[in-house]
Amino acid sequence: MNYVIIGNSAAAIGAVSGIRAIDKAGAITVISDEPYHTYSRPLISYWLQGKVTDEKIYYREPDFYEKNCCSAILGKKVTAIHPDKKELSLDDGDKISYDRLLVATGSSPFVPPMKGLESVKNQSTFMSYDDAKKVKSMVTPNSRVLIIGAGLIGLKAAEALEGKCAEMTIIDLADRILPSILDLEGSAIMQKHIESRGAKFVLNQSVAEFSGNQATLKNGDILNFDVLIVAVGVRPNTALVSEAGGKVDRGILTDNRQRTSLKDIYAAGDCTVSHDISSGSDRILALLPNAYMQGEVAGCNMGKADSAVYNKAIPMNAIGFFGLHIITAGTYQGECYSRQTETGYKKLFYQDNLLKGFILIGDVNRAGIYTSMIKEQTPLDSVNREMLFENPVLMAFGKPYRLEKLGGIKGE
Amino acid sequence: MKRVYVNEDWCLGCHLCEYYCGLSNSGMADMVKAFSGEKKPLPRIRIEEGDGINFAVQCRHCESPFCVKGCITGALSVNQDGIISIDESRCVGCYTCVLSCPFGCIVTSEDEKAVKKCDLCLKNGGEPACVKGCPNRAIVFEER
Repeated sequence: MNYVIIGNSAAAIGAVSGIRAIDKAGAITVISDEPYHTYSRPLISYWLQGKVTDEKIYYREPDFYEKNCCSAILGKKVTAIHPDKKELSLDDGDKISYDRLLVATGSSPFVPPMKGLESVKNQSTFMSYDDAKKVKSMVTPNSRVLIIGAGLIGLKAAEALEGKCAEMTIIDLADRILPSILDLEGSAIMQKHIESRGAKFVLNQSVAEFSGNQATLKNGDILNFDVLIVAVGVRPNTALVSEAGGKVDRGILTDNRQRTSLKDIYAAGDCTVSHDISSGSDRILALLPNAYMQGEVAGCNMGKADSAVYNKAIPMNAIGFFGLHIITAGTYQGECYSRQTETGYKKLFYQDNLLKGFILIGDVNRAGIYTSMIKEQTPLDSVNREMLFENPVLMAFGKPYRLEKLGGIKGE
Repeated sequence: MKRVYVNEDWCLGCHLCEYYCGLSNSGMADMVKAFSGEKKPLPRIRIEEGDGINFAVQCRHCESPFCVKGCITGALSVNQDGIISIDESRCVGCYTCVLSCPFGCIVTSEDEKAVKKCDLCLKNGGEPACVKGCPNRAIVFEER
């Protein structure tokens, strides 16, 4: 069997592991337009911050391809998939044939059309190792940095640049920061925390026009800056599949075996649409754990049809800014249990006898007990709800659960 | 594989497992010295205590470990024997594993960014110190 994977990040690595769990012998070829050994994309902010070196930014050990008998084609871009011939075209004119193909092309930074953007000399997105290198080369201790986007990526860039620039302003169209993972109250806590470290926010606002190092905002205010980072959001890379005739919505559409509508072509990771079981809706879940697990399931099914399903996707994020941790998961719908803690708060959302989602700021210990309840759809009346809401503890699950999970005794 | 299993009926709630775990992972030889300093050794096992029920919880070394699959850096890995351990030098403290572990077994520290977890004393001689130190065989290290 000849397996080909387009992409070299979490979903691709998950797929290698999935394929090798089933098929030790088949050939695996990994193709990426980035010239690097598989590296951890979320580590780029830590690299920029100086907390992770070039030697430690890898996602899997340097001998990963060798150990898994993979050949890697790095620094070349796949330009087309030809499902009829089971072949790929590369940008250097080469053709690569496949028996089973995984599309793990990820997502790209979305840069909205902004007047005069091309006149900004020092600008970058913040998604890849090369982006991080570019930002590092542009920022000096005297730089005034302007970040567009107060989401996860923009704020990670802000954290990385603390102490490395003179001024930092973050602007967002939304009325609050981190709107994709926090409610109003949570956003306010994080905003105050990040402002205490010197960053300035301009919310409910956007740039009307750039002119060189000057941004004129919609309200007429003028901001002067030296370096611009655009971190508005990401868009799934779906073109290869849509151009080959595969079904694509906002992302590539797959079934719960990660098969696309094209024969022997699978897709996983940020480029796909996921089914979020906490809300029951289809959405883009551009999250590393989701990408890895989808990739692994795709890999298993590429090795052996119907050998795995992925049906427990939920939104989930663990992230910290300037030492304050946030863990969130699921959907914030239904009734809310809420409690203030020393450093932040805890909110649990529940509906129809199920935990639907949660937000923890500050004390995030043992959060996975809640995550698991959302994914497994554990009925709340099967646990000591009061105890569990107070603290995530296994005591609340009753003795049969503990006998099985901790005692290794089944069915008593 | 051999795991640490819990018999909650026999657990006295004495917390000795926590002390032995902390000591074993502290790199020190003497319990009193290890725990009398300002920075207390951090146990990877914890006792949950309730109304007449106590039991120990530590990493279950899951066959399908969400902590490893979700780890953003690759710091968490499974070895050939199924033991899950962490390369602390590669952990940036994002806590995705804390978000992922269904049993709440990843331990965080206020002093260090890297998380801690039970590796069945892989690096400390291979026999879990918590089990050795339990006075009532409420935790055992065996195949089940």
